[in-house]
Amino acid sequence: MKYHDIYSSQKLASFIIYAHILHMRKEEYKMKRRNMVLAVFAMVSLLVLSGTQSVFAAPIKIGVAGSHTGDLASYGLPTVNAAKLVVKDINDKGGINGQKIELVIEDDQCKPELATNAAAKLVSAKVVAVIGHICSGATKAALGIYKDSKIVTISPSATNPPLTQSGEYPNFFRTIAPDDAQAKLAANFLTKTLKLKKIAVLHDKGDYGKGFAELVKQYAEENGIQVALFEGINPGAPDYSAVINKISNAKVDGVVWGGYHPEASKLVQQMKDKGMNIPFISDDGVKDNTFIEVAGKYSEGVYATGPTDTSTNPLAIKAIADHKKEFGAEPGAFFLNAYAATQALLNAIAKAGSTDYNKIVAALQSEYVDTPLGHISFDKRGDIIGFGFSVFQVQNGKYVELK
Amino acid sequence: MEYFLKLFLSGTAKGSIYALIALGYTMVYGIIQLINFAHGEIYMIGGFTALIFGGFFFSKGMPVGFVLLFSVLLSIIYAAAFGYTIEKIAYRPLRGKPRLSALISAIGVSMVLQNFVLLAQTEKFLSFPSYLPEFKWLQPYKEYINSTQLIILGVTAVIMVLLTFLIKFTRMGKAMRATAQDMHMAQLVGVDINQVISVTFILGSALAAIGGVLICSYMGQINYYIGFIAGIKAFVAAVLGGIGSIPGAVLGSFVLGWTESLGTGYISSDYEDAFAFIILIVILLIKPEGILGRTQRQKV
Repeated sequence: MKYHDIYSSQKLASFIIYAHILHMRKEEYKMKRRNMVLAVFAMVSLLVLSGTQSVFAAPIKIGVAGSHTGDLASYGLPTVNAAKLVVKDINDKGGINGQKIELVIEDDQCKPELATNAAAKLVSAKVVAVIGHICSGATKAALGIYKDSKIVTISPSATNPPLTQSGEYPNFFRTIAPDDAQAKLAANFLTKTLKLKKIAVLHDKGDYGKGFAELVKQYAEENGIQVALFEGINPGAPDYSAVINKISNAKVDGVVWGGYHPEASKLVQQMKDKGMNIPFISDDGVKDNTFIEVAGKYSEGVYATGPTDTSTNPLAIKAIADHKKEFGAEPGAFFLNAYAATQALLNAIAKAGSTDYNKIVAALQSEYVDTPLGHISFDKRGDIIGFGFSVFQVQNGKYVELK
Repeated sequence: MEYFLKLFLSGTAKGSIYALIALGYTMVYGIIQLINFAHGEIYMIGGFTALIFGGFFFSKGMPVGFVLLFSVLLSIIYAAAFGYTIEKIAYRPLRGKPRLSALISAIGVSMVLQNFVLLAQTEKFLSFPSYLPEFKWLQPYKEYINSTQLIILGVTAVIMVLLTFLIKFTRMGKAMRATAQDMHMAQLVGVDINQVISVTFILGSALAAIGGVLICSYMGQINYYIGFIAGIKAFVAAVLGGIGSIPGAVLGSFVLGWTESLGTGYISSDYEDAFAFIILIVILLIKPEGILGRTQRQKV
């Protein structure tokens, strides 16, 4: 966090942790060897079993690729669990058109060079489609290989905008909104719902806040809104009245804030104290209940964008409960996104009635499916429809999603 | 012109916020030439104490005036006790040692207090209720200045006058000036310098507590880290005005506030800190002892 970076003692702490990790790696390696032996046994026995099964129908192979070891393993492993849960559900119901689903799992440690290896292995294993990869860089490296082999790829977590927007990878889909979706949503909300003509954009000079502010400025200008003021302010300062005077002098009809809630609450408070009642629109960093607690009555009416709320979706509740039952723990990052990705893929294969690439792509783009993320489908570029960011507004001391 | 006036007033309000903290810095420096880095943390602790006691009194259903009076009083006592104790355990043993040792001790105290509040209270931002009254007659001018800003400005002025009076015209003030000029000589003529320094720290911490309550009321929030950020700016203001001088600290704070406010208004808030430090460099180049550094001979 930015508030702590003055302490160099943290360097010492990170050194100790690093030494620890090195030690753990050794242990992990031993474990891996043991696991390998087990895995070979398991595979042999599986081959014997599936050998008898394949007499009736060959299984549909689905690849799962991502970081399963290394620093970023915690981002990739929940996806494996999600895929296993969905596949188990489907296989228990008799599979798709009589064919069972089989998962082929490959690790890329979120490294592009390992991702291409993993992709090559999956291609030679003749998978129909891949759930993954996890990190944007690794995904990009692997996508070319899948594209050449006509393999549909659905990532639960790669948010880099050009992956879909460049149009280079027609085989790529994702069940997460791209990085710029939030800013685009905010800009469209300013134009279409609030119908603003002239706005001020402020940010906290940080990566997140400034990035959001710059994108909102870009999209708002594309939508024909005049950005009269674009400025960074000092986070943590006690008083913002000078910049608020400047905003009021510029006669704008809305303020966009890119940053976090402590400054947002000071801004809204000092704006309302000066009798300014123009809309205040902010980002995910403000869509936090702490903002309402701190700003109190001043928070009323503030808009903020944030990921669509899935906590009340019965399918999400069920998926999480299944995970706890099967693996004895809370699911990790991107679990629901991966769950939805696997469901969407298997649904598309079932609806297409075949494992043909073109038919699966067409089905993904036309069929809607009920998932823990909601009722979703994909657009022509491969971005998810029906899940992403929503605009929330503080109403009576609570964030309410605006439909 | 109207825009300039607005910016000027918001600079004045900002300056009086800096001044409330800068006064404590400059007092301690005036007496023992120590930059008390823990001062910002005392200010933060003052705010927290008022928040805790204020919440307690409110929950007992007491009237606002009572809550304000007693929570401020208790936070002053609490902060003064902190100041007294810190001086006794962290600075007194280092008196007479190289000045750098006490400075490093001060930085250490600052970190200890910050982390103490972080662990004992919370790492989160908390809402700070406004205990201060709102003036109805100020409503038409709310675009220029609001009640809290006016109160902060008034309190700063009163404190500056009281401190100047205390130092110039009372027995204790005389002893302070004597200690500031020459500690050994003062001791020889019978001044109890330990007592004088303790009183200085108690006064400085009490000022910090008042600042804490007022500024937190204005910001509407509190966090363990606010003392550090406010402390740096107040320190710059004190140096700008001539560290050790009471009117200098107030003037330096206003100059800083006006520079930041006008710089933001006419150029860009991106460079707010740059303006603050450019003005510091310029003034120190022209007058190395600060704006009022020399004219105020008795450094108190």
